[in-house]
Amino acid sequence: MSLEFSLLITVILISAVLGCLNGGVAYLILVERKISAWVQDRVGPNRAFYGILQPICDGVKLLLKEEMIPKYVDKLFFVIAPAIALITAFMALAVVPFGPTSPSPILVDYRQNSPTYKLAVWPSTQVEYDSVMIADRNHAVENKSVSFEDQVKNYNSHIQFVLAPHVDIGILLVFAIGSLGVYGVILGGWSSNNKYSLLGSLRSSAQLISYEIPLGLSVLGVVLVTGSLNLERIIQHQVDHGWNVLFQPLAMVLFGTSIFAECNRLPFDLPESEQELVGGYHTEYSSMKFALFLFGEYTHMITTSFLMMAVFFGGWHLPFITDPNDFSIFGIALKFAIAAGKTVGFIIFYMLIRWTILRFRFDQLMHLAWKIMLPISLASFTMLVFIVHFKPIGQESIWLMCPVSLAILLGSGFIGLRISKPSAASTKTKVPYLGHGAGYSVQHDSKIRFESSGR
Amino acid sequence: MKAEDISWVKSPEFGVMDQIFLPAIFTGMVTTLTHMGNTLFSSKDVVTQQFPEQRPNLPANYRGVHRLNRDDEGRVKCVACYMCSTACPAHCIDIVAAPSPWPDREKYPEVFVIDELRCIYCGMCEQACPVDAIELTTLYDLTGHSREEMIFNKEKLLSVFDKTVAMGTDPVRTTHGRLGVASEPASRGVTGSSSMQT
Repeated sequence: MSLEFSLLITVILISAVLGCLNGGVAYLILVERKISAWVQDRVGPNRAFYGILQPICDGVKLLLKEEMIPKYVDKLFFVIAPAIALITAFMALAVVPFGPTSPSPILVDYRQNSPTYKLAVWPSTQVEYDSVMIADRNHAVENKSVSFEDQVKNYNSHIQFVLAPHVDIGILLVFAIGSLGVYGVILGGWSSNNKYSLLGSLRSSAQLISYEIPLGLSVLGVVLVTGSLNLERIIQHQVDHGWNVLFQPLAMVLFGTSIFAECNRLPFDLPESEQELVGGYHTEYSSMKFALFLFGEYTHMITTSFLMMAVFFGGWHLPFITDPNDFSIFGIALKFAIAAGKTVGFIIFYMLIRWTILRFRFDQLMHLAWKIMLPISLASFTMLVFIVHFKPIGQESIWLMCPVSLAILLGSGFIGLRISKPSAASTKTKVPYLGHGAGYSVQHDSKIRFESSGR
Repeated sequence: MKAEDISWVKSPEFGVMDQIFLPAIFTGMVTTLTHMGNTLFSSKDVVTQQFPEQRPNLPANYRGVHRLNRDDEGRVKCVACYMCSTACPAHCIDIVAAPSPWPDREKYPEVFVIDELRCIYCGMCEQACPVDAIELTTLYDLTGHSREEMIFNKEKLLSVFDKTVAMGTDPVRTTHGRLGVASEPASRGVTGSSSMQT
């Protein structure tokens, strides 16, 4: 008895997800443009059938546009870079649940006198496996619980809406593959043989590496509480115990900020800051190669929104509405709609934040990552470890994390205020008035003379 | 500037709420959402003009495509004095003068060409013109399929005059005596047929 893997269902799921993703990304661009317009008191694209066909027009345009490869680029990497950006973005989506899921059953060791008694076990030999299974069946009969075999049968009986189900390193895989996306940006920027592109990609690499740390640390708390990296299990834990955002709001804020940086979205869009770097790393790209970069970026946005939904907002779960054991068509559709609704909500939040916060300067960006978010996430995680381990107020002590998070946030604010006091005081100092243009007088008797090229 | 003229402004105190950013972001979010809501639910705040259908009402002193004015008898008003081409910072005006076939002036432009692609639409030609012959109109959607098409000769510039007169969008300066010395009736007499005949 093992977990089934149905090739047919997986292929159908992959093609459905990729198809939806392609359409979704195209329409996300329309949504982005519309929301930008609304926020700026404009109308937005409204020409091609009230704007509904705009993404198709854009796609056709990008496909039919002249493919330009500048003369002095590194051709191999120049062509590979957009592909890497897209492939990594798609691959990261593999383990992210996008609909109703249930975690795969765990085989628990119920053998008497076993060193791993009542712990999860992964038998390595057939003999050990058989003995574990017999013990499990006996335990199920004694306690009138569901045996592992039946759990597996139940698990196999319905579709898991995740491309690669029961991957136990789930969230780690998303981060690992997701950060590979920086290769696309770096290769694209470097091979373009353009200073703006190179600057954009250098900024990008520094930014992505810096924000990976608070990103990982903020999720670590969730992993610690759940006891698993598997995203289906994280969702199941939230179904049983309440959404993670209730316990760890600070971690959610840190995670959200970090994924903004990971996706190169405003206020962290330094890699492609149009006002400074023309287009950043994709300055030299045109037509479909440019579109692939854009595609990768929006796919990243979708992936991270799914992650946010799954890790902090309970995935497909909505209290009093969804039933974890409801596998009817209606139940699946409902869970699907809830998951999609949460994800779309985050994507819209992304787009609204874009018009709310200004872009950070590069030093401010690094300051935020290393001097603010890293200490806060470390403090938050340390407090969580204490609470989880010592359980100061009993079983429900995880709720303590909510006020503790607030305290850490306020405390960091106070500390930041104390640290930034000297610079605030210096703004009050008066500059002596020396008369008009005093600071700009030319020193005529200066020893420095310019070399004259004529003589 | 004296020392007492300088007023020293102290930057506002930075509180804890500012330091932790999140309340400020929330306030900003409210502004963003307010704008979005206003645009969505009451279209009066929308600033967009649907261009090809809705045309902007341009002020009469807008600096668009040039025109060469005609006088009362429908002849070109220009006296080929080269003031406009001298004033032009982009050197886009090319004039070839010839002896005037009419008794009321010495010269007239045999060729009068403006390269609309080189022109920067600064309006210095119309300021330089002593007889108000060259003017910038409110026509702005100037397009062409080739560079040659965008080089306007005398006939084309005169046709712009006919077009704008028909449209009733005369530039400000043609309103007699309103703007500039050159527009006043006395100086108009230089080319005005009635004053020359005396």
